[in-house]
Amino acid sequence: MKLSERAQEILEMLWVQFEEKKQKAVNLGISKVDPAISELERYGYINITSDRIILTDKGKIEGKKLVRRHRLSERLFVDIFDIKKTSVHPISCQFEHLIYEEVEEAICTLLGHPKFCPHGQKIPEGNCCIKSKEIVSKVIKPLTELNVKEKAKIAYLHTQDTKKLQKIMALGILPGMSIVLLQKFPSYVFEIGNSQYAIDESLAKCIFVRSGS
Amino acid sequence: MLEKFPKKIGYTDEIEFYITKIEKLLTYNYKIAKRAIALLLLQENEEILELVKSNEKNFKEILNIINELKNIYHQPIFYIINILRQREASNIIKDVIVFSDKKKKNIFKKKLEDIFINPLIGGPILLFILYYGLYKFVGVFGAGILVDFLESKFENFINPFFINLVEKYINFKPIVDLLVGDYGIITLGFRYAFAIVLPIIFTFFFVFAIIEDSGYLPRLAMLVDRLFKKIGLSGRAVIPLILGFGCDTMATIVTRTLPTKREKIIATLLLALAVPCSAQMGVIFALLSSKPHALIIWFFVIFFVFLIVGFLSSKILPGERPTFYMEIPPLRFPEFKNVFLKTFTRLKWYFLEVLPLFILASFLIWIGKITGIFDLMVKLLEYPVRFIGLPKETAIAFLFGFFRRDYGAAGLYDLKKSNLLSTNQLVIACITLTLFLPCIAQFLVNLKERGYKNAFFISIFVLFFSFSVGFLVNLIFNFFKISL
Repeated sequence: MKLSERAQEILEMLWVQFEEKKQKAVNLGISKVDPAISELERYGYINITSDRIILTDKGKIEGKKLVRRHRLSERLFVDIFDIKKTSVHPISCQFEHLIYEEVEEAICTLLGHPKFCPHGQKIPEGNCCIKSKEIVSKVIKPLTELNVKEKAKIAYLHTQDTKKLQKIMALGILPGMSIVLLQKFPSYVFEIGNSQYAIDESLAKCIFVRSGS
Repeated sequence: MLEKFPKKIGYTDEIEFYITKIEKLLTYNYKIAKRAIALLLLQENEEILELVKSNEKNFKEILNIINELKNIYHQPIFYIINILRQREASNIIKDVIVFSDKKKKNIFKKKLEDIFINPLIGGPILLFILYYGLYKFVGVFGAGILVDFLESKFENFINPFFINLVEKYINFKPIVDLLVGDYGIITLGFRYAFAIVLPIIFTFFFVFAIIEDSGYLPRLAMLVDRLFKKIGLSGRAVIPLILGFGCDTMATIVTRTLPTKREKIIATLLLALAVPCSAQMGVIFALLSSKPHALIIWFFVIFFVFLIVGFLSSKILPGERPTFYMEIPPLRFPEFKNVFLKTFTRLKWYFLEVLPLFILASFLIWIGKITGIFDLMVKLLEYPVRFIGLPKETAIAFLFGFFRRDYGAAGLYDLKKSNLLSTNQLVIACITLTLFLPCIAQFLVNLKERGYKNAFFISIFVLFFSFSVGFLVNLIFNFFKISL
């Protein structure tokens, strides 16, 4: 029993409305006649009372999985394949339906259990992410969480604040470089190549590194 | 092989496409390649955007093109362009450069570098540098021995020579006063610049250049960053603030290196209020050194004012929070040539900027004397001076303090000699005068660097604040019946 792609899309949208935007119920409107809606109701993902949709617990679990796959796909296309912005969303929309659970975990591990999609929205945690916290290997994390004397590779720079990004790049810090953290207090001091740099916590949080490499 | 686009750096086809599109729209002669301008535009370089805006009538269309490209990528365009450049650079060097295993760093040097970034050892090192570098070398040697020597030369040879010369050839008294009077251009302005400021500034810049060349400053900036964030500044601001202990005027100009307007204003305010320059500190040490507990009270009041005003202004002033980023160069033994060149260029620059201001100060005092404005201002200042429990004779020291802060302190020296001031009053006067309006040179630089509005606001604030602190200290002394 696999949901139709259309039903999956709607379930994703509903999960975002209920879980992230914290809406109590969604008005059904004209989509009443949509066969995908009745499909969702049939499988017990939603309840329809008069004109309003309410997401069931089962629907919440499934919706979370779908959103996770969508955002993971986006990360995959941006980080690994360098796909253009305009194409990322439509491709991800199709790709997510092809992902099985094991593949999902493999992708998530490959990407280093990322926390945010390229649009800055949170990627719901999967089992593999929770496990990975115990085994510290090949995980992408901000520089602030690296241990002193630990070596890592810069995976990417991420912040909504372009000024911060510019400051980091002005120091010549770019993805792919090897980095060793020397000190965390009172400021973050690290070594890249033969040079040492000092930055404060707000900037260190924007540098994401892949440890254990 | 024919290529679609001239291959300079392997940008993506999209970026190349938009570069060409913009290049075609550029009509003005920018003196650098249009490709370079187009690349800077795509990275939204503010300066270039302004330049192009004022020179191209098609600016709107260009903006549209930039936005079109921005919509294609997730990351900002400058991020993508820089990553591509980095890739290209790595490609170029990978075939021609071999990295040998990292040269084993000198163990001693490595240990030393670890020590200098250690927060626990950093404090004592700073105190050591301040004591020997600033107090012993600049304070005792520069402001003491050298100044005494040069001053005596001026008093005994140079001043009498010029006074004779001028009085011989000019009979008009006001002009004689302007040149060689008590506040004359030669007798005050030049004497000041060469006999008092030159040795102090020379020794200070010399020490500063050694510290700078050794690579210590970025390490200090890194260590104080967290503390400085509390007063609205980043660690970077430690450089102008330390320079302020040499000369506040120059330090205010150096606040240019701070990235945001907010940091510039806070640093300018702190320099104007609570960072005494070396000349001023020299005189205050001389005034209070016979009474160590008085000196300690002076120090703590000034330090407390520094922290509290910094803290409050960081709460009040709008704007983004400061961020700190800095490359830390390796520690090295200062090179004589570098130290010499830096000291020399700074001294030269200092004289070109500041000597005219000394002359202007002499000139203003001269005008003030002739027109009677000077006497009027002394009368006006007598009120706040009495308000903080000082004899009215100190008013003139405060007015001089505005022309040169240390000159005001020197005025106190005369009052102390004639036993007009108790130790309590001396401490209050020193505190108020340290906080009081910056010298006229610094005021003019404030105008130039921060604009009229900010400069006047800072001056008025400093004026009221300095007397309020003086008043408060006097009140505390009286209330607890403290007699130093």
